[in-house]
Amino acid sequence: MPEQLTAPLVVSFPFTRSLGPVQSAFLTGLRERVVLGVRAHDGRVLVPPAEYDPTTAEEIHELVEVGTTGTVTTWAWNPAPRPNQPLATPFAWVLVRLDGADTALLHALDAPGPEAVRTGARVRVRWAEQRTGAITDIACFEPHDGPETGHATPHHGTFTDPVTSLTAPARLDYTYTPGRAQTRHLGNLARHLLTGERCPSCRKVHVPPRGACPTCGVAATEQVVVGPRGTVTTFCVVNIKARNLAIDVPYVYAHIALDGADLALHGRIAGIPYDQVRMGLRVEPVWRDGDRHPDHYRPTGEPDADYDTYKRLL
Amino acid sequence: MSKEPVAVAGIGQTHHAAARRDVSLAGLVREAARRALDDAALTWTDIEAVVIGKAPDFFEGVMMPELHLADALGATGKPVLRVHTAGSVGGSTALVAANLVAARVHRTVLALAFEKQSESNAMWGLSLPVPFQPPLLAGAGGFFAPHVRAYIRRTGAPAGTGTLVAHKDRRNALKNPYAHLHEHGLTLEAVRNSPMLWDPIRYSETCPSSDGACAMVLTDRAGAARAPRPPAWVHGGAMRSEPTLFAGKDFVSPRAGRDCAADVYRQAGITDPRRQIDVAELYVPFSWYEPMWLENLGLAAEGEGWKLVESGATELDGDLPVNPSGGVLSTNPIGASGMLRFAEAALQVRGAAGEHQVPGARRALGHAYGGGAQFFAMWLVAAAPPTG
Repeated sequence: MPEQLTAPLVVSFPFTRSLGPVQSAFLTGLRERVVLGVRAHDGRVLVPPAEYDPTTAEEIHELVEVGTTGTVTTWAWNPAPRPNQPLATPFAWVLVRLDGADTALLHALDAPGPEAVRTGARVRVRWAEQRTGAITDIACFEPHDGPETGHATPHHGTFTDPVTSLTAPARLDYTYTPGRAQTRHLGNLARHLLTGERCPSCRKVHVPPRGACPTCGVAATEQVVVGPRGTVTTFCVVNIKARNLAIDVPYVYAHIALDGADLALHGRIAGIPYDQVRMGLRVEPVWRDGDRHPDHYRPTGEPDADYDTYKRLL
Repeated sequence: MSKEPVAVAGIGQTHHAAARRDVSLAGLVREAARRALDDAALTWTDIEAVVIGKAPDFFEGVMMPELHLADALGATGKPVLRVHTAGSVGGSTALVAANLVAARVHRTVLALAFEKQSESNAMWGLSLPVPFQPPLLAGAGGFFAPHVRAYIRRTGAPAGTGTLVAHKDRRNALKNPYAHLHEHGLTLEAVRNSPMLWDPIRYSETCPSSDGACAMVLTDRAGAARAPRPPAWVHGGAMRSEPTLFAGKDFVSPRAGRDCAADVYRQAGITDPRRQIDVAELYVPFSWYEPMWLENLGLAAEGEGWKLVESGATELDGDLPVNPSGGVLSTNPIGASGMLRFAEAALQVRGAAGEHQVPGARRALGHAYGGGAQFFAMWLVAAAPPTG
């Protein structure tokens, strides 16, 4: 069995969020060192605020200001903070019911160790020095030696230059493993050999191989060398440049049925003016030094394939 | 025991736009859901379950948004289900909700689908840079353009068919106040001269990227009897799937689409879809897919979809209007796009489609597809309740 290939796969996007009226007031308030909640129909004060009443589902708008001190309602110790968490040193995740609020807010508590944290502990907001209108405007909570004070007071919720959207970077780290069939195929490609698999049931040859026939659902065991020549079954001319793709437009993106394969794979056609590419054109792969996959396919100079020979592959 | 007949008693949608910065995700779905409830004259407490659909989570980067949106949809204390079938998801979501009523699991269900594409990254959400793979050479348009070329080759369709469809759908959208694109004064000439993006697909023949949501209230006979406005009745609904790539796949007319339509027609007693269906809302993200789907769905003979387009039959005043709402070509919040097709079919048979109403529409087909022509969902709705 060939050695398993693995590689990191990082997915990272900066997503944006429109905040709507309630979240906008809440986050802008944090920028101004004001913590806002919203009063639900049953009189409870929700912090962080919700746009819709969790019981009646009606819109709720009545904003109130609550205290910046509060009580820990429950907690969990985080011994090994990850990048971009609120604190770089070990801390407690806490749910804090701020004075004047009826629900609790999730945040971090700066504490020397788990023995210093308890449900019922009194805490206060530690504001970030640079505040932008985000939950991180509260840098964290810290222990506070004082009784429960304050209650919710009405607040207009309007500020100059309100925050109306935010950017939420998201990142996922995967370890990608292509699996046995594809690993074998990739090894063959490195030797400039195009291979597929024949299904033992329907006898169709799938390229690239996937270890099983997608139609019959049975394991494919027979390796088949295909191509290297093939036929352009259909194509389009791409006139808009794709991000992160160093190919000049226009170029031809084609479906290519390699000789011996029962479905077309996708590739770029070059070595011929883009406007002379046609269905039925006979092509062969061209590798660049060190590349695993063909860089493109070029005309072989053979006569075009007859439509009837590839129409079942469209 | 036979199935409970299912009625569409309420329909709501947002005003769709390139960016709805005025509302949060919750505010967006709320707008559609509220309109659907108002249409049915119901309150949140009348809803027994909520079924949500949207495109993959990567689009907006909110993992399991159904949890976060439960408050906005009045789902506290009720079952919430999430449906997930790529671009067809809006249709599948409606069918899952309809099946809950048909099976008498719930009497009244809210179905809702949405996308806030301005806050998402559809391109990257769909094409992650997978290690060891050659780079993808084109986006969605590039993926579908070769299949359009194959259709043209197979049928001998003239080059202008896609232009006719795009011009028609954009003109229909002018009559739909909710549509995203309102291209006043758009001429056939302007469509024909718009830039060629992925030859043979031109810029004006492609769908926009929209923010929007669509909601429907599905209910049983008792719910329909209480409804203040005439409902649409579900006469047939089906879903079919097939792999994106396999030896023998017909990319021009996928078997899953043909089988799905055949199942819906069988349920609805449709033997001659071309004559028995009054109006069709088909999922056409690139204009050429109208003639392709007309053939796939048996509304035109094989090879003759483009002739039906050329004849004018699919125009709003033709004898088989297709996409009177303006279609996906005029409004495309991906997750909601399928439900918008289903909802428009229902609006038509309720006689509630406003300026884009097809006079006297009694039976309408709603259609959605998604993935690499991998998932299909369709329903047939009628003004009259099913018999038997």
